Amino acid sequence: MSTTTRPAPVAPEADLASLLPRSWKVPIALTVFTLLSAVAFALTTKATAVSRVAIMTGTTGLGTINLTFGTLRWSWALTAVMAAFTGFAWWAAANRIHQVGQLPVGTTVGTIVGVGFVCTFLLWAVADKASPLQFTGLLSGALFLSVPLIFGAMAGSVCEHVGVINVSIEGQLLAGAFLAAVVGAVTKNAWLGLLAAPVAGALIGALLALFAVRYWVDHIIVGVVLNVLVSGLTSYLFSTVLSQNTAVFSVAAKLPTWKIPLLGEIPVLGPVLFQQNVLVYIMYVGVFVLQIMMFHSRWGLRLRSCGEHPRAADTVGIKVNRTRVLNTILGGAIAGLGGAYFTVAAGLAFGKDMSGGRGYIALAAMILGGWRPKAALLAALLFGFADNLQNALGIVGVAVPSQFMLMAPYLVTIFAVAGLVGRVRAPAMEGKAYKG
Amino acid sequence: MRLELRHVTKRFGDFVANDAIDLVVEPGQIHALLGENGAGKSTLMNVLYGLYAADGGEIRLDDKPQHFAGPGDAMAAGIGMVHQHFMLVPVFTVAENVVLGQEPTGALGMINVKKARNFVTEISNRFGFDVDPDALVEDLPVGVQQRVEIIKALSRKAQILILDEPTAVLTPQETDELITIMRGLKESGTSIIFITHKLREVQDVADQVTVIRAGQVIGTVPPTTSQTELAEMMVGRAVDLAVHRTEHTAGAVALSVKDLTLLDPEGRAVLDDISFDIAAGEILAVAGIQGNGQTELIETLVGLHKPSAGTITLQPPAGPAQELAGRSVKSILAAHVGYIPEDRGKDGVVQGFSIAENLILDQVGGPPFSSHGGLKMKAIADNAAKLVEEFDVRAGSAHASLSQLSGGNQQKVVVARELSRDLAALIVAQPTRGVDVGSIEFIHSRILEERGKGTALLIVSTELSEVTALADRIAVMFRGRFMGIAPAGTSRNVLGLMMAGVEYEDALAQGARGGTPTSQSEHDGGAEWVS
Repeated sequence: MSTTTRPAPVAPEADLASLLPRSWKVPIALTVFTLLSAVAFALTTKATAVSRVAIMTGTTGLGTINLTFGTLRWSWALTAVMAAFTGFAWWAAANRIHQVGQLPVGTTVGTIVGVGFVCTFLLWAVADKASPLQFTGLLSGALFLSVPLIFGAMAGSVCEHVGVINVSIEGQLLAGAFLAAVVGAVTKNAWLGLLAAPVAGALIGALLALFAVRYWVDHIIVGVVLNVLVSGLTSYLFSTVLSQNTAVFSVAAKLPTWKIPLLGEIPVLGPVLFQQNVLVYIMYVGVFVLQIMMFHSRWGLRLRSCGEHPRAADTVGIKVNRTRVLNTILGGAIAGLGGAYFTVAAGLAFGKDMSGGRGYIALAAMILGGWRPKAALLAALLFGFADNLQNALGIVGVAVPSQFMLMAPYLVTIFAVAGLVGRVRAPAMEGKAYKG
Repeated sequence: MRLELRHVTKRFGDFVANDAIDLVVEPGQIHALLGENGAGKSTLMNVLYGLYAADGGEIRLDDKPQHFAGPGDAMAAGIGMVHQHFMLVPVFTVAENVVLGQEPTGALGMINVKKARNFVTEISNRFGFDVDPDALVEDLPVGVQQRVEIIKALSRKAQILILDEPTAVLTPQETDELITIMRGLKESGTSIIFITHKLREVQDVADQVTVIRAGQVIGTVPPTTSQTELAEMMVGRAVDLAVHRTEHTAGAVALSVKDLTLLDPEGRAVLDDISFDIAAGEILAVAGIQGNGQTELIETLVGLHKPSAGTITLQPPAGPAQELAGRSVKSILAAHVGYIPEDRGKDGVVQGFSIAENLILDQVGGPPFSSHGGLKMKAIADNAAKLVEEFDVRAGSAHASLSQLSGGNQQKVVVARELSRDLAALIVAQPTRGVDVGSIEFIHSRILEERGKGTALLIVSTELSEVTALADRIAVMFRGRFMGIAPAGTSRNVLGLMMAGVEYEDALAQGARGGTPTSQSEHDGGAEWVS
């Protein structure tokens, strides 16, 4: 009997709770950040320093607002807030308090201190610079940079919910980018390029499904092999066909940026969210539709049953492997569409390996989001923000070495995934072949 | 609907799982399919349900031949099945599980939640099941999950319902409720095929019994046939159903557990303040529904989990008392504690190793089987030859891979390995799960022999009959706690109440009103652990 149903264990009683080991991970990490903020930023600031930040209002008349902060005062104020919450985290850990109301202590306090740390860092970094920090640009750029991550995370969650681990998101993004660029350049029409992108991704998805579902090859191995295959194939085509016919192929087609009437006029938020590339709007709709369909539609229910308990699905007449194949191809198409970001959405020609590991970060965003498109969106935004910091600060002329800033998104990924994974549950039967 | 199977044959390679099986189930009949594990009952039902394609023969419903390409076809024809391992998605709600594959949908394929709930409540109310459609399946007790499975089948208009070993995971009280449900279904005209290896239940509920052995129908008989006769048909020879035990001569306390508590990472108590003593030469059996902490208890005793609180004290016959809590598995085994794990395939043996290698798995660290990091092949071979003979392991050679042995013979290898050591205490989980009848008799007799040698024994079993047959005292576990320790001879009824979470004294008081006395279940109790 492998029926593993266990009765809900009783909640810890007062005397039992004292037996639990305390977890000091969160307060220790927060203390490090608070001290770093005090020592590296606040203490190194000159008393006269000022930090300037520019915010676009969105309303055409006003344009931008320039805010000036006294760097020293604000750094200490933010550090004090961080210290207060860190103290709370110590107290909560000592008393084994994991939740206040509905809010989990670790995540909530961690987010507050993290935001505080980023703010102090930004104020310090732009102190006494000639040009102000373009705050709106920082956010809207972060959103744009997170687009491939979000498409990738959506693709990943479709595939994993149906039971197939999709490591080849990277390859699907790259294939989508390639085909979109080629079709866009040849037809001189960015829209046709956008249509071609998901076809390329779906092809890679079909290969993944063939080997993973039909031939029971380990999903992760197939995925990695496919990534190498796509990288090699596109590089080869790039350096032969594309480079020798630059007149035809390096004409970059670009999708338009639209300002949505009314919504685009909202102060601060409007310019960030609603003066964006067309692909961003497709992403909004995509996340919304996918979140609802996945958890409230017949398609979603059957999809998830194949990833959670394929045999149960089979016994009610659902064709498990067919469902897996079709949805793996669909996932590939979604990631392929995201690949259009690199070329036709940005208005760039194809470049070797231009997806640059974002497929893996997308996978991390999906896991961090607990396999839910909605939450993966937030995780991807976090990574996109870390990614965009170097651009925004580069413009201002900050002294932080660019190599260090390039590491930022990956560091954030490792810490975020290590800190939060384990508490969310993956589909039970992902990565396991269903042999009928 | 009348179901008829004619000469149904199913082969897996050279192995004939079903050999020209004939079976007739009349409308509104409860038909028991009785046989040992591996006799071919489940295979036959999987053929009937369209999960396997038959290699020969035909299935007829109301005299019309049927061809099922998959479970979908079988369901459409009116056949429903409740599998032994439930086919429910744990993270879905009851309603979602019931409508899966037949979803009521609105625009864009969105599920109509209200209609989905009605599917459940309508059937639930009709048969008095009391199931909440919005509950997550993983939060429900096993007995309720089973009702969800039945609702699932009925919502698909099943007229023939196959129940595969439905009582294996239920308390005696839940079993009684299930039997009531089965009678209710029968009255509404549903035929039921009831797969089991428990003779008592067959006699309680069946209208007709078909016995299957080694893939063949041995006969179809009325349920009034005696238990001895049914058991003989099942096993193919005369079976001695009684366990022969000598009188109890308990010595001093050998294993003493006090206030043992184990918390899971979320801080919930999987073992909650457990205390007991076992004397030398005594068997303490731990009964209870699977998943109530028995696994954690034995794994904590042998050092696989570090207890959050409490002590485990071993008093060997010679030498000072030793504290085991917090020590490594290796040092606990070295302190003369034997361990027979519940899942031998996963924890007890290495399938790819030979029998000889498996017989020394926990003694390979030093003499006599190795020295200076090298194995002593001669000693290992001699040991294997001796134990294979002594424990009657049926194998071509001691150097054969263990994976070639039957479940019963694999278990004998594990038992041989543990009992060949000099033991102060032996911790046994599910000693006869998935073991054939011949091996069951043998393993039970060896366990009782070990008791005679003065070893303290802790035996965990979910088969109540095995518990009552072997135990000197019976502890019942519920949600990580002991509901009390009852003397041998306590009635099934009282033990069943304890398994559902009633303390021993209260269970005794309730059980006194309208309980089944043990004396009656004792004689069929032996038969019940057959297979």
